[in-house]
Amino acid sequence: MEAVVDELPVILGAFWLTVRLTVVSGVISLIWGIVLAAMRVSPLPVLRGAGALYVNVLRNTPLTLIIVFCGLGLGTVMNVQFSQDDLSLNSFWLSIIGLSAYTSAFVCEVVRSGINTVPLGQAEAARAIGLTFLQTLRLVVLPQAVRTVIAPLGSLLNALIKNTTVAAAIGVMEAALRMKNLFDSHGDAIIPIFLGFAAGFIVLTLPLNLLSGRLARRLAVVR
Amino acid sequence: MTEISASDPLVRLKAVNKHFGPLHVLKDIELSVGRGEVVVVIGPSGSGKSTLCRVINRLETIDSGTIIFDGRELPAEGKALARLRSEVGMVFQSFNLFSHKTILENVTLGPIKVRKIPRQQAEQRGMELLERVGIASQASKYPAQLSGGQQQRAAIARALAMDPKMILFDEPTSALDPEMVQEVLDVMTGLARDGMTMMVVTHEMGFARRAANRVVFMADGQIVEEGDPSEFFTQPNTERARDFLSKILTH
Repeated sequence: MEAVVDELPVILGAFWLTVRLTVVSGVISLIWGIVLAAMRVSPLPVLRGAGALYVNVLRNTPLTLIIVFCGLGLGTVMNVQFSQDDLSLNSFWLSIIGLSAYTSAFVCEVVRSGINTVPLGQAEAARAIGLTFLQTLRLVVLPQAVRTVIAPLGSLLNALIKNTTVAAAIGVMEAALRMKNLFDSHGDAIIPIFLGFAAGFIVLTLPLNLLSGRLARRLAVVR
Repeated sequence: MTEISASDPLVRLKAVNKHFGPLHVLKDIELSVGRGEVVVVIGPSGSGKSTLCRVINRLETIDSGTIIFDGRELPAEGKALARLRSEVGMVFQSFNLFSHKTILENVTLGPIKVRKIPRQQAEQRGMELLERVGIASQASKYPAQLSGGQQQRAAIARALAMDPKMILFDEPTSALDPEMVQEVLDVMTGLARDGMTMMVVTHEMGFARRAANRVVFMADGQIVEEGDPSEFFTQPNTERARDFLSKILTH
């Protein structure tokens, strides 16, 4: 227990990085995922095909592979850099690219299932008053679709919090990698340290589940 | 009723054909609707009435033929099609009010987003229209909180808010409880009297007699007969129409 208390600032710092990874890639995934969903329901076959291809490739590739590709492929081989001298900042953003690319594929499918719950008549009525395809989507269909899928989007965010640990594979010092490091320096306190980190993740995920359930009920569209 | 100009119809359908898979739902349709005219379309279910209504604002595409609206052929897609639709109101059987928006927001969405009218002005006009259809007190409620009749009147106000050149009614009272049918028909009769160009698919023969300038009888995708309502209901020309009328009028 002592080790956990002594290292508390370090542990909290690692979780702060986990939170930042989650928030930034969560926001990017939500936006990109909605754009992908819009592509997949668009009247243009090219956009539908591109969206389907993206989703099926990204959703069926292990996240570890994607993150390692971002670190080595984008970072090392293709020399994508976000900072000249700060290596940790570089791997932070490269892992965000990987996490967002992966999570957005799931967001797309959740949003698309939400779109399918919106009765066809809603879009017809929108088109009948002269709204364009994009206006119909933005003003009528998506607001209803997203409200019906708040709970599953919450589950995705929950999964994303835990998935940020894969960023450890390219050296991002988030909670999981920090835990491994602390094991090395406190070999006598492995179980307390493990329990401390596990509790940290539960503190992040549990309130989120409660919140998304409550939000889903409050924003539900009554038909 | 206002003067009807036969020489320059608002809508003209020429040799329009439409299939749903193997089903030939519209067969060589020839039809004109004059400015200010109220045309009621009746016929057995599956006769293509609703489809006829829906091709006019291109919610359904056609396979062949031409549709001229206000002197121009219907645009195929894009901005021009959206503009056409903003000029043709549509009232649906199932109301289709936007579930996530209040009644007033339903009425003002088109004016604000399509016509780019300032919100305040759109809301003022929206309230006038809700007043006109008799549901101003429901303005801040959501569609699910209203009765069917109130929802349909809100849908009519939503169509009117775009100042359309014509309104299409696709079985507007078929989904309503019987006691709510009249309040919707009253609003429609008022519109007809004010000179709105209307095409109404309905089973309400009372409304057809009272408000229509012309009745179009459809069966099996064809226009079988059309004419003056009083003549049509008393002495239809075709056996098909006589048969249909005997089934709906004799009980």
